Amino acid sequence: MYLWLLQNRMECSLRYLLAFITAVLSSAAAFAAEPTPGALGFQEPATRIMERVDGFHFFVLIIITLISIFVLALLLWIIVRYNKRRNPVPRKFSHNTLVEVVWTVVPVIILVIIAAPSFSNLFYQENEPDLEAIAESGDLDDPNVFVEAAEQGWITIKAQGNQWNWTYFYKDVLDDGGFPLEFVSNPLHVGTSIDAPVTPDRPRLLAVDYPMVIPVNRYIRYETAASDVIHSWTVPAFGVKTDAVPGRLNSGWFLVTKEGTFYGQCSELCGKNHAYMPIEVRVVSQEAYDRWVEIMLSGDFDAATEFVQTITPADESVRLAMAE
Amino acid sequence: MPMDQVAVDHGHDAHDHKPGFFTRWFFSTNHKDIGTLYLVFALVAGIIGYALSGLIRWELAEPGIGPLTGMMEAMYGTTGDAAIEQAKSFYNVVITYHGLIMIFFMVMPALIGGFGNWFVPLMIGAPDMAFPRMNNISFWLTVGGFFLLILSMLVPGGNGVNGFGGGWVLYPPLSAMKGHSGPSMDLLILSLHTIGIASILGAINFIVTILNMRAPGMTMHKMPLFAWSMLVTAILLLLALPVLAGALTMLLTDRNFGSQFFDPSGGGDPIMFQHLFWFFGHPEVYIMILPAFGIISHIVSTFSRKPIFGYLGMAYAMVSIGAIGFIVWAHHMYTVGMPSDMKAYFVAATMVIAVPTGIKIFSWIATMWGGSIDFEVPMVWAIGFIFLFTVGGVTGVVLANAGIDHVLHDSYYVVAHFHYVLSLGAVFGLFAGWYYWFEKMFGVKYNKSLGYWHFWTMFIGSNVLFFPQHFLGLNGMPRRYIDYADGFAMWHYWSSIGYAITLVGTLIFFVGLVEAALRRRKAEANPWGEGATTLEWTLPSPPPFHQFNELPVVKTEGGH
Repeated sequence: MYLWLLQNRMECSLRYLLAFITAVLSSAAAFAAEPTPGALGFQEPATRIMERVDGFHFFVLIIITLISIFVLALLLWIIVRYNKRRNPVPRKFSHNTLVEVVWTVVPVIILVIIAAPSFSNLFYQENEPDLEAIAESGDLDDPNVFVEAAEQGWITIKAQGNQWNWTYFYKDVLDDGGFPLEFVSNPLHVGTSIDAPVTPDRPRLLAVDYPMVIPVNRYIRYETAASDVIHSWTVPAFGVKTDAVPGRLNSGWFLVTKEGTFYGQCSELCGKNHAYMPIEVRVVSQEAYDRWVEIMLSGDFDAATEFVQTITPADESVRLAMAE
Repeated sequence: MPMDQVAVDHGHDAHDHKPGFFTRWFFSTNHKDIGTLYLVFALVAGIIGYALSGLIRWELAEPGIGPLTGMMEAMYGTTGDAAIEQAKSFYNVVITYHGLIMIFFMVMPALIGGFGNWFVPLMIGAPDMAFPRMNNISFWLTVGGFFLLILSMLVPGGNGVNGFGGGWVLYPPLSAMKGHSGPSMDLLILSLHTIGIASILGAINFIVTILNMRAPGMTMHKMPLFAWSMLVTAILLLLALPVLAGALTMLLTDRNFGSQFFDPSGGGDPIMFQHLFWFFGHPEVYIMILPAFGIISHIVSTFSRKPIFGYLGMAYAMVSIGAIGFIVWAHHMYTVGMPSDMKAYFVAATMVIAVPTGIKIFSWIATMWGGSIDFEVPMVWAIGFIFLFTVGGVTGVVLANAGIDHVLHDSYYVVAHFHYVLSLGAVFGLFAGWYYWFEKMFGVKYNKSLGYWHFWTMFIGSNVLFFPQHFLGLNGMPRRYIDYADGFAMWHYWSSIGYAITLVGTLIFFVGLVEAALRRRKAEANPWGEGATTLEWTLPSPPPFHQFNELPVVKTEGGH
């Protein structure tokens, strides 16, 4: 427990410092959920999973920085103190049991200190939450569970990787024929002359024609599959990355707590256009999501996409990010 | 360490007649000549691998697809969008062969074939390797493998350009017919098989030599640490490479003979290839770094004028790194869809490696502690190695945590991590060894100022090159991308600047090589003084064609 306290305290004080440095180094047009010029760290977390990864990574970063500085300091001291001018006669020792025990045991202790939150984080990410139990618990204080969302159940979306785009299947959204809502999400930019113009709302290499749309504060179960070679579906701000492997159905979960636009890029080498199969996720209110589903089911993907683009413009996300 | 008390026979000059040029360099059975051949080979392959990384950094210096499009126009006569499409495939080819060449044809031949052949027999007081003719076969198979690799770069890959572009990990289905239907991948498999055989033969040779041909009185626990590192490396090679060979053979039959080991449509599983590959691949990274560990130990001890601290701990740290290296492979595969308990196991096992690695780092520091340090060129490389390897090691601890790796997997953070341990670790160890043994091997002195300049340009350059890649990875930059979102531009630019600095360093290295060759300053038998206690320093520089015709005797009462 003390660990988490420590971690949270460090997060509070040091996170601001890092955020400050990042802010100083990044340009004015910073947008939380996409790559930022000169950024030194993660994109702004948008899920509890990523918040925890961020906090835990920061904790480990402090440890490894201290270790590196410690080693560097020892080396510098040796260079200053034990060069042949200042120390013409070398000492002859080659053993010191105490020191050897210390530098074996202390790293073990440090690793155990790292491992404890590591496992807790891993299992939080990996093990799909039991929504019924969460809904029954009614626990509003635990930041790791979302009771209201749990009461509404899962939304299951399958992302299928293809060379080189993503096909999304909304398994709970069925059309008149009983088939799930399905659409292909193509990149707007592939580096050639046919590329769409780049605008703040259509960042180069990140934007797609029909983004994946999900409601905010809902438990999302995502599944990944592939039709040809291995791809990997990821959104850095969500803290999720899962390979899409032919012949397999992988799955994971997340719950996004912020509305906005989030980008990811295919993260397993998949051939020629590997760099050109981005992932764009628009996180909107439940009402807007319902409306989007309605328009999508009518078959007018363009109208549906235009609809979500008008309600989650980039500048609003900037405002949200500033308010954080 | 007992090596300071040895009795050596110095009367072997009489029989020192070398065979003619062709017999000496093509039918060579002499471990020193074969070592030299390996070093020359690694130098040539290294230039090609380094040039490929230059293409990568040139292309990535600015957003958009630039230089490679021009290359496509020159190579294939295509223009406009067609050239851009080819450039995308060509970029994948470049990164693939950069990785393969640097691993299999630069670092391994240089550290194992080069320094291993040269100095294992010298250090253990043996006249030669146990199987001199097999040694020759190993070398020429490596050369043959390299020709096959180059050939595979020059034939159609099935991806719109020549060469295979599926990354050095060769994951199917991208490496299967579905992903790359051209003959390039088949030649690549053949190339890796060939050098796999070469490495296995070499490994057997080292193991037999080290176990059987140590000088009288040199027990395993008195053996120099470089020989220990080569022993562990050779055992890793012997155990890991057959697994790769098996996986490659399955891939070959999948591609050509209708088997479906990795094809889900026939009941196969692409993930099985990844398990097999990384069962080889993880020990492989220790195969690359362990010889450097051995070299660094000798350099640190020599220039501190102190025996190595905790000799047994150092030796068994390498043994345990090698052993644990076999049970951590799936930490390369955290995102493939493994059960969480399996991930938890691999997290725990991976983190354990930090302990023996820490022992090595701290033992080097303790060796220097209280020493009388002479900052000769190899020593500054060794100190640089220790710090940079620490930096690369601690980011490994970060990546070991599956929870964090879910975000960082396949990002530039991983690229930064393994270049810190390999490009700034293994390669710094390589250069440290080069400057440590240069006089011994070639019988001439190098220009020390150039050696320092080489170090500082490489040290600064490779840090500017690789450190910003941590930031890129944290911010979400995926690996193996020919083009990137504009937000990543700044650090990519710096990274390319860093490459330019290392280019200067590399030029200085070659100037130093040519300068030493032209000036031909006569080398001393032992330029490093009393700190250099291993047997190779008891011989003249260069050593006679045949050494230790009468075996040196290592006295039993060591100077612990």
